Amino acid sequence: MSPDMLNLLLKSFWETCYMVISSTILSTLIGIPLGVILTVTRKEHILPNQAVNSILGAVVNATRSTPFIILMVAIIPLTRMIVSSSIGTTAAIVPLTISAAPFIARIIESSLLEINPGIIEAAQAMGASPMQIITKVLLPESLHSIVLGVTLAIISLIGYSAMAGTLGGGGLGDLAIRYGYQRFQMDVMLATVVVLIVMVQAMQSLGDYASKKLNKNKL
Amino acid sequence: MKLRQPHPGERCQFQRSFPADEAIQTQAVSFTVPVKDFSVSYPNSAQERISKMIELVNVEKTYFSKAGDIHALHKTNLSIKAGEIFGIIGLSGAGKSTLVRCINMLEKPTAGKVFVDGAELTAMNDAQLRKARQSIGMIFQHFNLLTSRTVYDNIAFPLEIQGLGKAEIDKRIRPLLELVQLETRADYYPSQLSGGQKQRVGIARALASNPKVLLCDEATSALDPQTTKSILELLQDINKKLNLTIVLITHQMEVVKTICDRVAVIENGDIIEEGSMVDVFTNPQHPTTKEFTKSVINAEIPEMVKNKNLSATYKEGSKLIVRLSFIGDSAGEPIVSGMVKRFDVDVSILYGNIDQLKDVPFGTLIIEINGTEGGIKNALEYLHQQNLKTEVIGYES
Repeated sequence: MSPDMLNLLLKSFWETCYMVISSTILSTLIGIPLGVILTVTRKEHILPNQAVNSILGAVVNATRSTPFIILMVAIIPLTRMIVSSSIGTTAAIVPLTISAAPFIARIIESSLLEINPGIIEAAQAMGASPMQIITKVLLPESLHSIVLGVTLAIISLIGYSAMAGTLGGGGLGDLAIRYGYQRFQMDVMLATVVVLIVMVQAMQSLGDYASKKLNKNKL
Repeated sequence: MKLRQPHPGERCQFQRSFPADEAIQTQAVSFTVPVKDFSVSYPNSAQERISKMIELVNVEKTYFSKAGDIHALHKTNLSIKAGEIFGIIGLSGAGKSTLVRCINMLEKPTAGKVFVDGAELTAMNDAQLRKARQSIGMIFQHFNLLTSRTVYDNIAFPLEIQGLGKAEIDKRIRPLLELVQLETRADYYPSQLSGGQKQRVGIARALASNPKVLLCDEATSALDPQTTKSILELLQDINKKLNLTIVLITHQMEVVKTICDRVAVIENGDIIEEGSMVDVFTNPQHPTTKEFTKSVINAEIPEMVKNKNLSATYKEGSKLIVRLSFIGDSAGEPIVSGMVKRFDVDVSILYGNIDQLKDVPFGTLIIEINGTEGGIKNALEYLHQQNLKTEVIGYES
């Protein structure tokens, strides 16, 4: 591979990193409160509210059932409103975030539901407020499981970011399509795939390690 | 002493054991129970409510569901005095869990009032209730510790909730760790502890906010007998040291027998019997209570006595078989030897058993009295005059 190609690979790698890291942070920031609300408003939980739960659940499901490539195009006006451009790497972050946030919300929800209800009951018996239960019981108790879930989301985002080329977002996926597929440069194709595999492997190992460190249940 | 009325349709225990009704005479019972009489009444003034630490007035709990409403608790009245250890006994599904959760309002009663330490919890809003709950500690069958926190941080949890500073929290935790003998385990996580140690953490956590009441929800049911014993000792210890009112629900009669002052028996959402533990255990009225106490108190007449050829009346040369039950101090008096000296009768012991109900000894002795008709009659009269319960089982010919 020529030095130019290497430079291009490196540039694409950074673009992917930029898109994935930014959208992970943003979607986690949106997904955690969403997941918490989806959980606590359930019947028999600490703040039951059927209406909020149903509406939020429907929105989350709708977003999750829209294929990413369609979502990306459909929300172009929104993207333009937020980043004042609908093309480019930064512009790709908006649809990536919007598609990952509901995913993370569901992951958080299922993590929070794994908590032994007895622990929540004990906190209530001690006079904890719903907010204290969320911040001092629900989130810390499920942190190890949330970390695994976010790892899963990151890996999905790496995959989704490959489609960001459609919006001129660049990244490794875009490189593989333009050079590897359209120009038949097998070496570029292979190199991007290897880089992607290494990225996913590294993320999964890191996530597993962090989750294991945080899990005090099995010592 | 308060004599409870037998329930309608209930037959005398001895008649049950002996199908031939006329074969057995159950003598009038003279029975002294060295335990205070606690009578149940409704609070009519705030003053009276305070002397009672916990008061449930006409509390009901119904779970509404499409499949049909479930009445977990029928109209229930209960009063628990400050400083006592109160046991609530019942089988699974009897409603004891619901009952104890009504005390701290984890279950909101469908009707009725709940008073703790004079304050009506059923009239409070959420914020007031949270404040009130801080003085009601609770421990659980499965401990319910936070798995992501160390022993120290678990005990700190209720204090953090109250917004106490780190230094003050530390000052409160150190003596608690000592009390539950976990000083060396402060930095361990719950998963590194044994069941008994976890329950000790649970107790320390419940005590951290200096509660007036401790609710124990099957606190020893998941523990082995040895550990149960040590947890019960700890509970008794803190009951005395801190004058803490303890409410304990359990299906383990051993537990009740070891530490409770008073008990209530609950079945299908109704309290079917209530009274001092010694009273209920030595003289159970309701069939369910009898079933419960049978496992820890040997109230049955042994087979070898039952199988004898017994008749209700004296015949020439027959021997009288009586059962003597004694509670508390009378256990030490030389009644039998006194009888032998006075009336020229021979006594042989057929069966003997002694139980400990909290700190009260409760003994049963089945003896055979051999002598002349007059001697036996006098001896029996003498026994009736003593401070014990005498039951004639029959005459063996």
